[in-house]
Amino acid sequence: MSFLTLTNIQKSFGTMVAVEDFNLSATKGEFVSFLGPSGCGKTTTLRMIAGFETPTSGTIVLDGGDITYRPPNKRNIGMVFQSYALFPNMTVAQNVGFGLRVRKRPADQIQKRVTELLELIHLPDKANQFPYQLSGGQQQRVALARALAFEPEVLLLDEPLSALDAKIRVSLRQEIRAIQRQLGITTVYVTHDQEEALSLSDRVVVMSRGRVEQIGTPFEIYNFPATRFVASFVGQLNALPATVVDAGSGRLTVGGQEIRVSARIDAPAGSAMSLALRPEMVSLGEGPEGSNRLAGTVADVDFLGAIVRMRIRLADAVIVALDVFNEPTLKLPAVGSSITISFPADGPLVMAPGSEAGSGTSAAA
Amino acid sequence: MSQTSTPARRRPTFSWLGVVPFLLFTIAFLILPIFFLVVGSFQDSQGNPTLQNYLDLTTEQPATAYKNSIQLSLITAVIGGIFGFLIAVAVILGRLPRAIRSAVMTFSGVASNFAGVPLALAFVFTVGQLGLVTKLLADVFGYHLWRDDFFGGSFSLYSMLGLVLVYLYFQFPLMVLIVAPAIDGLRKEWREAAENMGASSFQYWRHVALPILLPSLLGSMILLFGNAFGAQATAYQLTSGTINIVPLVISAQIRGDVLHNPNLGYALAMGMVLIMAVVILIYGLLQRRSERWLRA
Amino acid sequence: MSRFGAWWAWAIFIIAALYMLVPLVATFQFSLQQNPTGEAYRYIFNDVKFFAGLGYSFLVAVITIVISLLIIVPTAYWVRLKLPRLRPFIEFMTLLPFVVPPIILVFGLIRSYGRPPLAITSLPHGSDVVLIGAYVVLSFPYMYRAVDAGLASLDVRSLTEAAQSMGSGWPRILLRVIFPNLRVAILSGAFLTLAIVVGEFTIASYLAPWSFAPYLSQLGVFKAWSAAAVSIISFMLTWAAMGILILASRGSAGRVQIAGAR
Ligand SMILES: Nc1ncnc2c1ncn2[C@@H]1O[C@H](COP(=O)(O)OP(=O)(O)OP(=O)(O)O)[C@@H](O)[C@H]1O
Ligand SMILES: [Mg+2]
Repeated sequence: MSFLTLTNIQKSFGTMVAVEDFNLSATKGEFVSFLGPSGCGKTTTLRMIAGFETPTSGTIVLDGGDITYRPPNKRNIGMVFQSYALFPNMTVAQNVGFGLRVRKRPADQIQKRVTELLELIHLPDKANQFPYQLSGGQQQRVALARALAFEPEVLLLDEPLSALDAKIRVSLRQEIRAIQRQLGITTVYVTHDQEEALSLSDRVVVMSRGRVEQIGTPFEIYNFPATRFVASFVGQLNALPATVVDAGSGRLTVGGQEIRVSARIDAPAGSAMSLALRPEMVSLGEGPEGSNRLAGTVADVDFLGAIVRMRIRLADAVIVALDVFNEPTLKLPAVGSSITISFPADGPLVMAPGSEAGSGTSAAA
Repeated sequence: MSQTSTPARRRPTFSWLGVVPFLLFTIAFLILPIFFLVVGSFQDSQGNPTLQNYLDLTTEQPATAYKNSIQLSLITAVIGGIFGFLIAVAVILGRLPRAIRSAVMTFSGVASNFAGVPLALAFVFTVGQLGLVTKLLADVFGYHLWRDDFFGGSFSLYSMLGLVLVYLYFQFPLMVLIVAPAIDGLRKEWREAAENMGASSFQYWRHVALPILLPSLLGSMILLFGNAFGAQATAYQLTSGTINIVPLVISAQIRGDVLHNPNLGYALAMGMVLIMAVVILIYGLLQRRSERWLRA
Repeated sequence: MSRFGAWWAWAIFIIAALYMLVPLVATFQFSLQQNPTGEAYRYIFNDVKFFAGLGYSFLVAVITIVISLLIIVPTAYWVRLKLPRLRPFIEFMTLLPFVVPPIILVFGLIRSYGRPPLAITSLPHGSDVVLIGAYVVLSFPYMYRAVDAGLASLDVRSLTEAAQSMGSGWPRILLRVIFPNLRVAILSGAFLTLAIVVGEFTIASYLAPWSFAPYLSQLGVFKAWSAAAVSIISFMLTWAAMGILILASRGSAGRVQIAGAR
């Protein structure tokens, strides 16, 4: 049962096409994220749902009604802005109550709802403070309460956490998700942070250059990227040049060493391909029986906190990144030493070389 | 820097000497002359200390002068303020072509500095007895501005009404210049957030934009008040100094003792300074208020 | 939602444009009315007093600008570098000219310097000195603001230290390093001063009745056509000064000034 449906949405600014061929249907209560690099049209799409932009073509249907050309103040959709956009002349309570006030609700009803929402965002004692007296995280929570106060049918959030620092970002995003579950409100969340999108969403829409690359659950997006762009944008990725030896048995060479993959290969022997391999798929050492093994030298070692990322040089221009957990017992190889690494046959995807935007090696670097 | 200096170099600091020329100039050409007026305002003609001069400010002529001055400044501040605000809103938010916006801002910069004698003359040539508009009204509509009934009275450029008309010429461009940054400071997201929550355009202005602008609006109007209150040249040229407002009473007092008490003249001047000080003070307070809001 | 702007915006704009432009048009038209056409301008350009007045006011303006800069640049620099604690005090002092309207200032000046024991105005060039002194003080607020904003955008301390490490003394640092880097700030302050001083009437009418604005004032009484011509010229001079000011300060946010010949 689709609750919010975008059909063949296109938006141009003059000759510039910002969004093209956008199709999405979200069910009631679903949490959908738009994920993509800067300028890919996430905000534009969100603003079309909110009514701040009108699609050049296509329709937007909410709960059975066509809202494509309905003015924003008649849509009953709540929006949280990246810059909070709290009204500086109003207290927290007045900000939260604004949507009800313009709907001419009785004062006691507004008061009650405001109290309820301030409880929900854990700021009950800030009702009479002004925005400039709050921290960024508190302001954004007030903005969330404000967007929810008038019981909108859909909640839109445009990079709500990007102005906050890392710690608050994680705790606040969990809070947003908890509130969303509690209220069961259909939500569209824009972000360029893949971790945010993957951890929060029921479904993720990966966008690039105004087009949808893939729509799927976080699990699907991460493990079965539909395009090379998705594979390289979501998660880290090694994109290794490979040559097909025998497509039938899945044999290829990488940096002069032969491996076997279980992924299907649609290319004749001798053709150049690209092997997509996530760093966490690769381990140090020989691995279990049947693993692919590659010999190389350690190019460098990077501490990233919980994990350690190593880059192993197989041949001149062929470098594989791999991640290992940072345990106290871990013995790290010295830079320059010879080493064997391994990965399972069902680990990598095989793709046509350089087919989509974004270079895999640079994503892993 | 100072930590690196050796103990042997410890010596009295003369760095304040750097601001001495500035202070000397300010004292010689501002503080001292004002001090002279202050002292004079508390003395009687024999040089004895007294408050009588200030009490005499309530006698008819000084009191009327203050009343007229305040009235003139208030009216031109409010009308010029509202009109200037509307212009700034039209130019900034009315989606007029960009060229118009920069033309208006530049012209305002010039017009707010185009005042005094040439301005008074320009209005004489416009709505004076032989002015262009006066003649056009007579030729085209048969309406004689200076002779015929004008809103139940008669029109004269050399009256308070005339002064209002002329002062507005520098008041509202000044308003445009002062409020433009505040209007620019209205963030697009505020409007969108309001619309998103269901507010109409009117509700947005009523509950969000105007309250946010209010301190700047009031502050700017206060500044316009001071601007008109201290103006002398325009009124002098237009009325040959005959109208009873404080700056013109003072200029007459400088030429000859029209108040028949030099010390009353000093008190009159001090009253003006006091009002200007209050103006600047209120302006500063309002300014601080809107800055605090916009910082968030 | 037309691309050409809202109708109300156009309406307000047109009313304002009429109010602002009609007096200028009327003045120009009036200046052409004397027979033969152009006579009003011919009279002016043959009038020694016109050039004397304009020249005098211009000279006074230039001297004012030079003195004001020589005082304000070192002061602002010094306050930034060595005396940050004096800053509120200096800012307060530069606010005073706003509080004291020119008519009050000239009142005080004449009473202080027009009679013994400090009868400067009766000395040769005495009133010129007082006039320039008054203008210098009046220029302090916007000069200080312009220069201080300019200094804020420079890293005064590192510039100074760089210059010192190359062995320059204070005057050299000011002249060779600070002044050139403040060009925009100085230009905008200077042209504003020029526009204001040349058109200033209130103080000039007492201390220098032969200068430009008082000359125009008298002309308005006995030669209206020529006065219209001079008004137009004066308006164009203001335009020129403000135009240069705006060109000079392009990019930096325009600051609002109230001062001058009201
Ligand atoms: N009002 C507009 N006029 C012209 N072009 C626009 C307008 N709004 C957006 N664009 C263009 O449309 C494209 C998509 O913009 P959009 O803001 O949707 O990107 P985004 O995915 O939200 O990026 P970011 O992550 O940087 O916020 C950009 O190339 C942008 O320049
Ligand atoms: Mg965006």
